[in-house]
Amino acid sequence: MKLVRDTSLIFQRQMQLLLRNPVWILVGVFQPVMYLLLFAPLLKPALGVRTNAEAYEIFVPGLLVLLAIFGGLFQGFGLIAELRAGVIERSRVTPVSRFALLLGRSLRDTVSLLAQAVIITLLALVFDLRVFIGNLLLAYLMLALISLMTSAVSYGVALAVKSEDALAPLMNTVAQPVLLLSGILLPLTFAPGWLQAVADWNPFSWAVNGVRALFLGDLGAPEVWQGLLIMAVLAALALTWAARLFARSVR
Amino acid sequence: MIETRGLRKSFMSRQGREKKTVDAVRGVDLTVDEGEIFGFLGPNGAGKTTTLRMLATLIEPDGGEATIAGADLRKDPGEVRRRIGYVAQGGSTWDDSTAREELVLQARLYGISKSVATERAARVLEGFQLSEYADRKCKTYSGGQRRRVDIALGIIHEPKVVFLDEPTTGLDPQSRAHMWDEVRRLRADGMTVFITTHYLDEADALCDRISIMDNGEIVASGTPAELKREISGDVVRVGVSSPARAAEALGSADFINKLETHEDSVRLYVDEGGTAIPLILRALDNASVPLGSIELHRPSLDDVFLTKTGRSLRES
Repeated sequence: MKLVRDTSLIFQRQMQLLLRNPVWILVGVFQPVMYLLLFAPLLKPALGVRTNAEAYEIFVPGLLVLLAIFGGLFQGFGLIAELRAGVIERSRVTPVSRFALLLGRSLRDTVSLLAQAVIITLLALVFDLRVFIGNLLLAYLMLALISLMTSAVSYGVALAVKSEDALAPLMNTVAQPVLLLSGILLPLTFAPGWLQAVADWNPFSWAVNGVRALFLGDLGAPEVWQGLLIMAVLAALALTWAARLFARSVR
Repeated sequence: MIETRGLRKSFMSRQGREKKTVDAVRGVDLTVDEGEIFGFLGPNGAGKTTTLRMLATLIEPDGGEATIAGADLRKDPGEVRRRIGYVAQGGSTWDDSTAREELVLQARLYGISKSVATERAARVLEGFQLSEYADRKCKTYSGGQRRRVDIALGIIHEPKVVFLDEPTTGLDPQSRAHMWDEVRRLRADGMTVFITTHYLDEADALCDRISIMDNGEIVASGTPAELKREISGDVVRVGVSSPARAAEALGSADFINKLETHEDSVRLYVDEGGTAIPLILRALDNASVPLGSIELHRPSLDDVFLTKTGRSLRES
């Protein structure tokens, strides 16, 4: 299969470059760890729960989804650097699958996100978080779908605007309301009715609810399959859109 | 090897609120034969790169057709891609990769197996005298080394035609001469080489045939010798503060075939510069026109450009 072969070529190359520069893992983990250490302790009294474990069951899923959204949305910067270096053009004159150029990169982003997610989860275990491994893997699948989607969107926008100066404010403008309307930091159960109604239209709020249900051990909750389905559909749409941009000028 | 008919491309450009259509390439007809070094000469913005990018399948032409190495550009760009190599002007290497990694990857993107790609990368690195640096990161290379890696990347899949966009721009004279040898070596290996340049000496020294492009159109084509022959005789450039007075003093002389007035000089087309210069000096002296400088030019491609477009390549 040409697509599989080409995707794995691009993926391997991107992973090789990522591993060559392992600083990313420190940078990528530093901020969430700060949230875990400095923000989460406020939650036990704020949420009115009895134990730290309960607070982390609510907070860690939100933090992981946050990481997936932001990590993905800012991947476009790397692509702009590649565009500038001529690497993308060099790939475009070859018969390589245009979809593979995108998918190989998005998969790299997903793998690096999952590595961060594992580190965060392990740290949270230290704080008495307990989660079934099967549920955790399903939660990671949700994160992977989010990451595929947001990184594809970011690559698509990067190809369209071709400049860091335009990409940064654009991504921030998207990420801000998405973040506030998803109940990532605090569950929206506290929100007034109108805010909850708006949040229902935010697909990421479904994803957060799904991951929370999984961390609570509630595999059968409708939020789980609803969240997974919504994320899968959106990821597919985002990848299709961005792949078309990759192919646009060259068919 | 390359045949184009009426290739066209225009872009929308925005200046303030106004939208304008810029006709970057306005109908290019070209024929490039197998095994030659074909040069595209013209000033910046003449449409050379746009034409090249169309031929390399990177942008879609608005009109016209082209056949490259037997494949139809409009109907089968995928096949064209397999048969050509393209080296962009701005380079194509990633700072943190090594030349060897880049070459192996590039070969594999063309569907070549890992073992063949590895072996071929080693051979190409040897050929371009890059073996010594092959496993260092690209950011440590000099400009000339990096440009050689770019060209190696463009030919790793052994294409029939390779397009080089301004391969020597920004190189020091020594690297430039080195690059010329590399380009000749590609031809010796059986490749057809299509290069763009805005250096006259480069087109003259390197190319078997050239087309001069200006303002989106080809204004002249032929071998450098043919093009220069079109301009018969020599050119004498006389630097004066008042070209109008000099033109008046020289206007009636019958040994001058053609006279052009420029900002601070007149250009005189004569059959034989050596005998014309004393006559010119005498005529100017008789008319009391103070002389700034006098130069004799054997015809060059610049003169070809000048006669075809009315401007000097250096000015534009």
